Amino acid sequence: MKGARLNWDVALRKALRHGDTHFEIDVQFCSAASRLVLFGPSGAGKTQTLKMLAGIVRPDQGRVAVAGRVLFDSAAKTDLSPQQRHLGYVFQDYALFPHLSVHQNIAFARQRLARAWLNPGRAQTDPAVEHWLQAFKLQAVAGHYPHQISGGQRQRTALARALVNNPTALLLDEPFAALDSGLRRQLRDELRELLVALKIPMLLITHDTEDVQALADQVVHLEAGRVSVEPVTGGATHSV
Amino acid sequence: MEGAWVPLALTLKVAAWATGLNLFLGVGIGFAMARWRFFGREWVDALLTLPMVMPPTVLGYYLLVLIGSQGPLGAWLLQTFGVRLIFTWQAAVIAATVVSFPLVFKAARAAFETVDPQFEDAARLLGVSEWAVFFRVSLPLAWRSILSGLLLAFARALGEFGATLMVAGSIPGKTQTLSIAVYEAVQAGQDDVANFLVWVTSITCMAVLLAAGRWVPGRVGPRA
Repeated sequence: MKGARLNWDVALRKALRHGDTHFEIDVQFCSAASRLVLFGPSGAGKTQTLKMLAGIVRPDQGRVAVAGRVLFDSAAKTDLSPQQRHLGYVFQDYALFPHLSVHQNIAFARQRLARAWLNPGRAQTDPAVEHWLQAFKLQAVAGHYPHQISGGQRQRTALARALVNNPTALLLDEPFAALDSGLRRQLRDELRELLVALKIPMLLITHDTEDVQALADQVVHLEAGRVSVEPVTGGATHSV
Repeated sequence: MEGAWVPLALTLKVAAWATGLNLFLGVGIGFAMARWRFFGREWVDALLTLPMVMPPTVLGYYLLVLIGSQGPLGAWLLQTFGVRLIFTWQAAVIAATVVSFPLVFKAARAAFETVDPQFEDAARLLGVSEWAVFFRVSLPLAWRSILSGLLLAFARALGEFGATLMVAGSIPGKTQTLSIAVYEAVQAGQDDVANFLVWVTSITCMAVLLAAGRWVPGRVGPRA
């Protein structure tokens, strides 16, 4: 780790109830990895953990610091809202706004202050949005709605939407699960190049070992709501 | 015959006010009921839906007790502002609003409940305020169903009879709406007036329905 700053400092507990079944998440990990993968079978509590990091699920207790910034600390009564956490988040099924075009989806977070209650117009131009449309080859479908574009384009739109305001870290929930295997490989390579270029820390959760192989600097194994293997150096053997 | 335009204009005015009020009340309360979990929520829901199933005269009686000059609200208004609500067109608006409220409220609650909360979370994570989440995500995604609820409420308000008669009476040119004017004309044996009013009412309702069919689909962008 060469004295690198701690990118991920997470200790979270939450009791979940679904009808009669009780499930407890009790996750702790620290890592300086810029690309950390949380790996485990479905039902291990990965998505809930990621949502607690993002602030859209409230933990019972614990502490979250990302890239040196404390986002949640139950002891100090710190609980930043999702808005204040300034993280890029990509949902498993992307959660693109169905009533907005690709362009408007990417521009969503750019609309601030005076016109903050309105969605961006279809014809509005913004250099940051144009940059991402171009970088992800989405110009041709900029005016299309999410249901009119391919799975790969949807994933790129979701990534562009998350990145357009330069978040301090990127959280990805099974970003390749909705894609077929050929495309999956290609988009993994794209994401790896992108992360090297952007230099922002990423946390990805997956149950696919190929994601670990391709993207992880370090891996945290999660099983039944607990860390089963402490962070180990992953398959992508570049420097941290 | 031009006498028919007065009740028509009054009816449209009353229905428009009632629908406008319900736009805020129904959508606001519908959203709150869809998103907040609290004890006794279904009881509150049933209470708010009651005007839809209760006889309008019973509703009118409740309103009379509440806003009549002896009633708590009516007495307070009279003492504080010198306002007498009963037998005014504003009373007709209150009656029409209460009667048509559940149509907007029910539509809004159901519409907001079908909006995937994940879209709202996605918007929060993009840094926009809670108000912006509502106006930019929740409302646009629920808007279509709410609009059909609003049109139904408008139609219901147009035809309001029982509660309106109880609290606003039937003062020609002041509180006599179309449906009440038809009743009065028939009672007075003025068949030609009744015929004309019935035609005006039917054509107005057809126009509302056609407008609904024309505007409701395609008002919002395509949905997945």
